[in-house]
Amino acid sequence: MVRRITLAHGEGGDLTHQLIRDVFLASFGNREQTQLDAAILKSTSKTLAVSTDSYVVKPLFFPGGNIGKLAITGTINDLAVSGAIPKVITTGFILEEGFPLRDLNIIVESMAREARNAGVSIIAGDTKVVEKGSVDGLFINTTGIGVVNEKYQMTPEKICPGDSIIISGTLGDHGISIISAREELGLLTKVESDCASLNDLIHQLLEKVEGIRIMRDPTRGGLATTLVELCEDFHFNVELDELLIPIRKEVEGACDILGFDPLYIANEGKVVIVVDSLKQKMVLDILNANKLGEEAAVIGQVTSCQNQVGKLMIKTPIGTTRRLHRLSGLLLPRIC
Amino acid sequence: MEQLNDLSDPQLIRKSIEAVLRLANTFKEQNGRVPVLMEVCGSHTMAFAKSGIKKRLKEHVRLIAGPGCPVCVTDQKSIDAMIKLTEGPKRIICTFGDMMRVPGSNFSLMEAKTEGKDIRVVYSPLDSIKIAEENPDQEVIFLGIGFETTIPILALTVHEAQKKELKNYSIWMTTKLVEPVLRVLLSSEDVNIDGFLLPGHVSVVMGKKNYEFLVEGFQMPGVITGFETIELLSGIYKILQLLIDKKVSIINDYKYVVKDEGNPVAQNLIKKYFDFHDEAWRGMSVISKSGLGFKREYAQFDAKRKFKVNVGEPRKTKCRCGEIIRGLITPEECVLFNKSCTPLRPIGPCMVSTEGTCAAYYQYMREV
Repeated sequence: MVRRITLAHGEGGDLTHQLIRDVFLASFGNREQTQLDAAILKSTSKTLAVSTDSYVVKPLFFPGGNIGKLAITGTINDLAVSGAIPKVITTGFILEEGFPLRDLNIIVESMAREARNAGVSIIAGDTKVVEKGSVDGLFINTTGIGVVNEKYQMTPEKICPGDSIIISGTLGDHGISIISAREELGLLTKVESDCASLNDLIHQLLEKVEGIRIMRDPTRGGLATTLVELCEDFHFNVELDELLIPIRKEVEGACDILGFDPLYIANEGKVVIVVDSLKQKMVLDILNANKLGEEAAVIGQVTSCQNQVGKLMIKTPIGTTRRLHRLSGLLLPRIC
Repeated sequence: MEQLNDLSDPQLIRKSIEAVLRLANTFKEQNGRVPVLMEVCGSHTMAFAKSGIKKRLKEHVRLIAGPGCPVCVTDQKSIDAMIKLTEGPKRIICTFGDMMRVPGSNFSLMEAKTEGKDIRVVYSPLDSIKIAEENPDQEVIFLGIGFETTIPILALTVHEAQKKELKNYSIWMTTKLVEPVLRVLLSSEDVNIDGFLLPGHVSVVMGKKNYEFLVEGFQMPGVITGFETIELLSGIYKILQLLIDKKVSIINDYKYVVKDEGNPVAQNLIKKYFDFHDEAWRGMSVISKSGLGFKREYAQFDAKRKFKVNVGEPRKTKCRCGEIIRGLITPEECVLFNKSCTPLRPIGPCMVSTEGTCAAYYQYMREV
């Protein structure tokens, strides 16, 4: 019989203790930090960055990853694109009564592996069990703390016309892999999610290249929504060139069938970078030398700055331009 | 894949647009006005807007979006009925995602779902069969909207339901056919069109023969075209050439997927389960035999026979979707567009569907 989560696993008694000991501690380690109600962090004179996110992706397992890997990479990437070096992560689980322990183990182990590979410690956690039907299997929250390296500070105030827009690889892989993996949709592709921790790659860039103005990870809402927000927040206009944007044929095909636009599909292992055009080659060389950035490309440039309203435009293959807006009202299943 | 890669070659695209502009100018010199073409299919409308063709040709070729979006052409009263259908006991309603946010007179399927009704979005009608198997004590009803492109898969779904001897499965058929609506449009005095860009997907099923009535009955040329930028431009080029040469015929410019006779397997499947029914179209009232419904012998799968739904006259709004799908106005001419009607709070279906004309204008042609 498959061992499953019961409501008693959340009651704080023996079963809770066993669950923490056999599943979470077995994978996450840090026994000394979990003996107290709070994890104790040594004081640091550095500036800290904190980021929190909840993961409710469906299905829980998809080509290229699972909800656990996603919960770690997502928080690591949020810290990394902010110029912080991720150090520790806390995690909260909301488990549905009846959830198979075997699946929980797989998820927890992949979280531990991803954190270990990224040099991050999982230091505290919380588990709640809710009645069957209250959640979809399990939900995970992760909160990450990173140390801000003053050297890594980006300079959005220096954004100026001619600056290059670079994307670290193909767009839409995560969103399409999720949509294809949904039970209802057996017709699509073998596209794997790009879900990956980008902290090492991002830190190499920040370490070696001066002139990076700003970077973001284009997750929900995709590249278009992310760039629209950057344009509006920092008051600059961008023109992308549709022909330069790397998109896998399989992703394009799936988007055609489903009526989606790859520019709006979520990515979980990509970074978009605004950089001084004189440094674009350096950025591309670093990205291309890494497996996570081997399909990186310059996809457009800043056309003007210090505007009241920043606009994102895209040049089509026939030479016209059109404005890109935030994702608006498209129906997508839960993807992160 | 070699051929597909060539379809996005920028040099070829630039040359094609120049060629189209040359023919458009010739037409204008001949006729003293720009040519007016209707793209029947909603996916074409989206592709024209997204590729920039609509904007680039604006002064040279008038491209009108036609009645080819299945959600947009669904009559308001039918939408009210589908929403009302969710109210019955022990029911699971399955639908394509597009339908979820389409507003009825009072609320949408999405709002009905948040009220606790069991409404599920599926990507294929076949998925609803599985739901029926897993829920034998519930009635599972699929909302069958769509054109000839979707109807074969609805037939296949019925075939599966029959094979599995499902007693709790039915389809609420409100499908539409292209030929009857084009006949009505062409007979109407307020629609002036020089030629049609005919839907590639529908043609895969129905074949080139399906459009012979345009030539025989209306002296109207048409080109069946695909969805890539270069295919769209080629379609426009060929129809302009026909107009300039004053030739009236149907050209199949999508030969690698569309055959003259269409797909006989799909057609036979349709014929097996369905026959012609009168259907109400948004903004056009009831068109005789313009849709397909269940044959009498498959009544057990016909949700319209199985469940009685009574709805009153729909609430009137200032929404002009009815005129938009007939090509009489553009979305920007509707006072609601991008003001009270947006994809987040749509008033009419043309703003909701991923094939809707208003959604295409909102997403791809809005500059503010």
